[in-house]
This record gives sequence, structure tokens and C-alpha cells, in this order.
Amino acid sequence: MSYRSAQLTRRRLLQTTATGAAVAAAGLVDAPALLRAQGAAVKLGVLHPVSGALSYSGQQGRLGATLAIEDVNAAGGIKALGGAKFEAVLGDAQSTPEGGNAEVEKMNSAGVAAIVGGYASSICLTASQTAARYDLPYLVDVGVADNIVTRGLKNTFRFGPGFGVIAKTALDNLVTINEAAGKPAKTVLIVHEDSLFGSGLAKLLNTQLPDRGFEVLDTIPHPTPTRDFNNVVLKIKAQNPDLVIPANYYNEYVLLARTMQQQRVRQKGVYSVLGGAASSYKFVKEFPEAAQYIMDCNHWFDPRNPKALALRKRVEEKGQFYTYEVFMNYSCVLLLADALERAASAERAKVIAALESSTFSGHLMPYGPTKFVNGQNQGAAPVNTQVLGNDIQVIFPQTFATAKPVFPMPPA
Amino acid sequence: MLSPIILVPAVLNGLLTGAVYGLVALGLTLIYGVLHIINFAHGALLTAAMFAAFFAHRLLGLDPYLAALGLTPLFFALGYGLQRFVIGPAAHGEDRNILLVTLALAVVIENALLYGFGADTRTLNLAYAFDVVDVGVAFLALPRVIAFGVVLAVALVLWLILALTDTGKAIRAVAKEKLGAELSGIDVAHIYAVTFGLGTACLAIAACLLIPTYYVNPHIGNGFVLVAFTIVVLGGMGSVTGALIGGLFVGVVESLCGLYLGESLGQIGIFIMFILVLLLRPSGLFGERA
Repeated sequence: MSYRSAQLTRRRLLQTTATGAAVAAAGLVDAPALLRAQGAAVKLGVLHPVSGALSYSGQQGRLGATLAIEDVNAAGGIKALGGAKFEAVLGDAQSTPEGGNAEVEKMNSAGVAAIVGGYASSICLTASQTAARYDLPYLVDVGVADNIVTRGLKNTFRFGPGFGVIAKTALDNLVTINEAAGKPAKTVLIVHEDSLFGSGLAKLLNTQLPDRGFEVLDTIPHPTPTRDFNNVVLKIKAQNPDLVIPANYYNEYVLLARTMQQQRVRQKGVYSVLGGAASSYKFVKEFPEAAQYIMDCNHWFDPRNPKALALRKRVEEKGQFYTYEVFMNYSCVLLLADALERAASAERAKVIAALESSTFSGHLMPYGPTKFVNGQNQGAAPVNTQVLGNDIQVIFPQTFATAKPVFPMPPA
Repeated sequence: MLSPIILVPAVLNGLLTGAVYGLVALGLTLIYGVLHIINFAHGALLTAAMFAAFFAHRLLGLDPYLAALGLTPLFFALGYGLQRFVIGPAAHGEDRNILLVTLALAVVIENALLYGFGADTRTLNLAYAFDVVDVGVAFLALPRVIAFGVVLAVALVLWLILALTDTGKAIRAVAKEKLGAELSGIDVAHIYAVTFGLGTACLAIAACLLIPTYYVNPHIGNGFVLVAFTIVVLGGMGSVTGALIGGLFVGVVESLCGLYLGESLGQIGIFIMFILVLLLRPSGLFGERA
């Protein structure tokens, strides 16, 4: 259905901007100049998996991006382009890399100035590659696999951290938490989803955990979607690791946690690295018992930033949850608006150049100074959270922690 | 890894899942046994039934187990109508045509669902979905225990219908000797449609049993129907007992393969078994020698 709305949008856009076939066809080079002359809209591709297995995350991502677009437009659009407004070209990747590719092709022919989104690593990887063929700037919203930004693609930028950085931070903090508690955790079991994101992360953890004194008892892959975690939980029960590390998407994460609760399997801790649900208000609200004491190292907004808190309020007033997809996408669109402002053009090469030299600081994340090296923002950093009571607390970094970690998990 | 702590629960879980597989296979084998056709629309009809159960809860607030009471006659009527007014007339008495008509039905149903509801994977969150029954050696999920009981009851009822009622006798007569049945005054077209209806009604029940612990999307039925084909081949084409026992067996195989080979490879055992049965005992465990 969103598929259809994307087409309608494009059609409408073509009708309004194209005085003839020339604009629609030539698009790339001529259109921006024309748009600028008219102070007309800048088209922005907003790509998410809004249907299929990842639909919840995709819809959340779309929400964040569209809220940011509303805000940019309400604040007078892109001033350097004569107050040009953003016009979203929505795309649905249908939770598959092929779906993402098809949408990039459509967005390209619709003449977008840039694309934001992708969400899943596997979708980001192929979608950015396709966009690269058209020198179309592609801003990854979440996709954490490190090879997204190590392929030398000039068009691909990632504002958030990759899993290399995240895994390192997660393990540093894990060691600190464990040592502070008197080293109760020695053995670990990893449960991961079997696409690019989960497998890549599991591989990384398998090489790094032993160096830090943890023994990996087992690494259990599962597909997305999986609807039965009984076997996985039985294996956890049999091997009885001190820590369980899940790396999967939202639905499977919730199911795993609930199955552990159902089968009365309670380890010393559940410490996720990029757990799909571990730092999600939706999970905490719906299943507070299953979520209790779960720790996570994930994307998180800066709790000291009033803009981030204001957005949280706005999202919650809409009856939605303030999940990381929302503020990540919101930040990405603002970053892009800033780049367009400085480029003073919607021409793709100029936008790419502006992104390369970005020092944008008006975002919602607790990051260091923005600086892109080979497309990766060097300031990006994850945060450690823990579910305590009915809320998600920041436990690391200490500079803005709101609670102390509770580890090991107290007995039920 | 062979410790009974995990082996026993895995086998029990397999048996519970297998019972529902068995019910899906029961519908398939019944239709094959009487009409001598492979119903390719079986998976799509299961998907449709799961959507019906899903929306009965979402829109009407009906518990899936209550919805089964309404959906079962509804799907019986649907199955009856499909065979009587679509498949039968379109086939012109040729088995080859029936095959294609059911395949076409599957395509139409699946795509209609896709058009109507999108490719989203939907789940119900029911209060009792994660309740457990403590049987000492394992915690069994309550909805699966209920499903197991219901499947056994349905199989028993079906067996009683076939064994004791006039319609049941007519169904068996048509299955054994169509021409003879026709000559002794049995309305074969009606019996065909009743059988198709019974097979489809099995799906409605299976859907209501699945929905509390499973998800639904427009392609969900295919996964089940592949397993059901394996069960039907394993149990013997057309054998009701075979379908049930085959279902339980396949459930256990899947559970153990998932445990030892990993979730991603859980179903590989089923298909290896499928090939082995075809090679070594093509008539199945309970099938009559062709």
C-alpha cells in the first residue's frame, strides 16, 4: 500500500515539476537548477522496510524521517534554495534487499536529491550500491554492518556507529560492569539472526570475547522471522551460560525474552549488543517482566538534549513509541538539510561534497563532533542502557548515566 | 547435548507442533483419498483461514478458540462451494485440469490476500499465549497443549463420521469405487464437495489453533503445506491414521533437527525424510500398496 502511495507521490511530483518530458527524463543535472529558480521542492527519498518482517522498525524509521521533514519545512525549508521545501518520496523495501533496490531505482527516476534510510544492514548494503551507480547521495539511518562504509562508495554516508565501534564499546563496558560486580560472568552464549547484521556481529564477538576473558559456549543462529524459540531456550538451559548475548531484530528479540521467561530460564544477565528490542519503550511497556534488567548497547538519544526530549514528547503524544529508529532518522534528515543548506544546491555531487565536509551539531544524539571519514561519522558512539522498573535507564557513559547497572540479575 | 533435560522437552514440543501439522495433512489426505487430486490450494486456504482467525480477534475481539466454532462451518461451506461450483465444473472430469484449477485458486487467493493486507507479518498477543503447563519434565506452552487435545478430538470425530454416518459410508464408497457408488445412487458430485468441505474445515480449525502462537502473512500456508505433503507421503496417501501419526513423527523430527542442526536448518530433516520415503517405501507407512 505504501508502494502505491510512493507511486502516487511521484506521479504528482512529476506533474507539478515537469513542464515537459525533458525535466522528467534528464532529471539529474537540469532539474536542480530549475527547482532552484522556482524555489520548488527538493525531493528526498525516504526508504524503509515498512512491510514484511521488519515492518515495525521500518514504520518507526519513516515516522522519524517524516517528522524531521515537517520540521524543516515548517522552519522555512532550505533557505539557500529560496526556501525550498522537502518533498518526501516514500519507499517500501519490503524487508528484503531486492525490495530496497527496486525502490532506489524508482527514487532515482523520480529525481530525488538524496536518499535516507534502509534500516537493515542487508538492505543498506545493496540500496547504497545501487544509488552509487547514479552518484546519488545515500545516508544510512541505522544499518550497522561495517562493510557498508568500507567499499569506497563516494555516495554512502553513515551518521550512526558501525558494529565494530559498537562491539568494542559494548565489550569495554561489559568488562567494567563485570569487574565492578566481582566478575560473576565467565561464560557467554550468543543468539543471533542469520543475515548480514546478526552473523557479522556474532563473528566479531566470537573473536573479541575470548580476548577479554569470556568463554563463548555456543553461537546459535536463527532466521528472521522465527516464531519458536523453544529449542534455542532449551540449549541455553542445557549449557547454562552466565550471560546471554542476543543480536536480532525486534520481533525475535521479544519472543526470545518471553520464551526464556516462560521456560523459567534466568541467567546472571542478558547483555545485548544492538538488541532489536532491548532498549525499546514498546517492549518495556508491553512485557515489563520479560524486559526487566536486560542490558543493551545500542543507539540512544542524548538525554541532556532538550530537542531530543521535546521530540520524545511529541512522538508519545501521537501514541507512538520513541524508539531509536525515530531519532536516528530524524537526525539524519536534519543532517541532510544542513548539507543542502551549505551546498546551496540540490545537485548530487555538491550534496555529496557538503556531506563530506559536514560538522553538523544540531542532531539529537550523544555523539562527538561530526566528521565523515570514508563516509563514516567518526563522532558516532553507542550508549549502554538497562531496563529498570518501567523505564530504560542509561548506565554508560558515566557523563550522562541516569542509573547504576544492576548486575548480576537479582533472583526472581 | 543428549541430556534428557533438553531432549524430553524437545520431543514433547515436537509432538505438540506435529499434531497441528497432522491436522493440515488430514485435510489434504482426505481430499486426495476421495477425489484423487492433489489440492494445491490447500496452503492458500490455510492462509485465508489464518487471516480470518486473526481478524476475528482484531476486529470482533473473538478469541481464536471461539472463532473456530464459527469459522469451521464457514470454511466447510467455502470448501463445499469451491468444489461444487468452481473446481468440479472447471475440471470437466479431467484430473489434469483439477490440478491446474486448484493451482490457479492458490495463486488467486494468495495474491488477493497480498493485495488486501500487504506482505506484513502480523501476530496476535493473547494473554495466555505464554502460559505454561508444568508436566514435571518440561514447561509446555498452554496453546500447544490445547491444540494437541483439539487435534485428537477432531481426528476422532472425523473417524466417527467416516465410520458411522451414511455420508461417511458414501464418502468411503466413492473413494473405493466411484462408478459403483454412482450406480447405487450416491450423488458423487455432492460427496466430492462434502469431502472438500471437510478438508477445508480441518484447515479452519488448524488456523485457529496456530494463530495464538504463530504469525500470519500471505505466504504462510506454503510452509505448512510442504510439510503436509511430506506427512501425507509418509503416512500413505489417503490414510487418516497415517496423516495423524505422520504429523506427530514429522513434528519430532523437525524439533530435533532444529535443536541439533540449528533453527535455520530445522526443516532439512523433513525433506530428507521425504526423499527417503519416496525411495524406500513409496506407498507410505500406512498406505495401501498401489
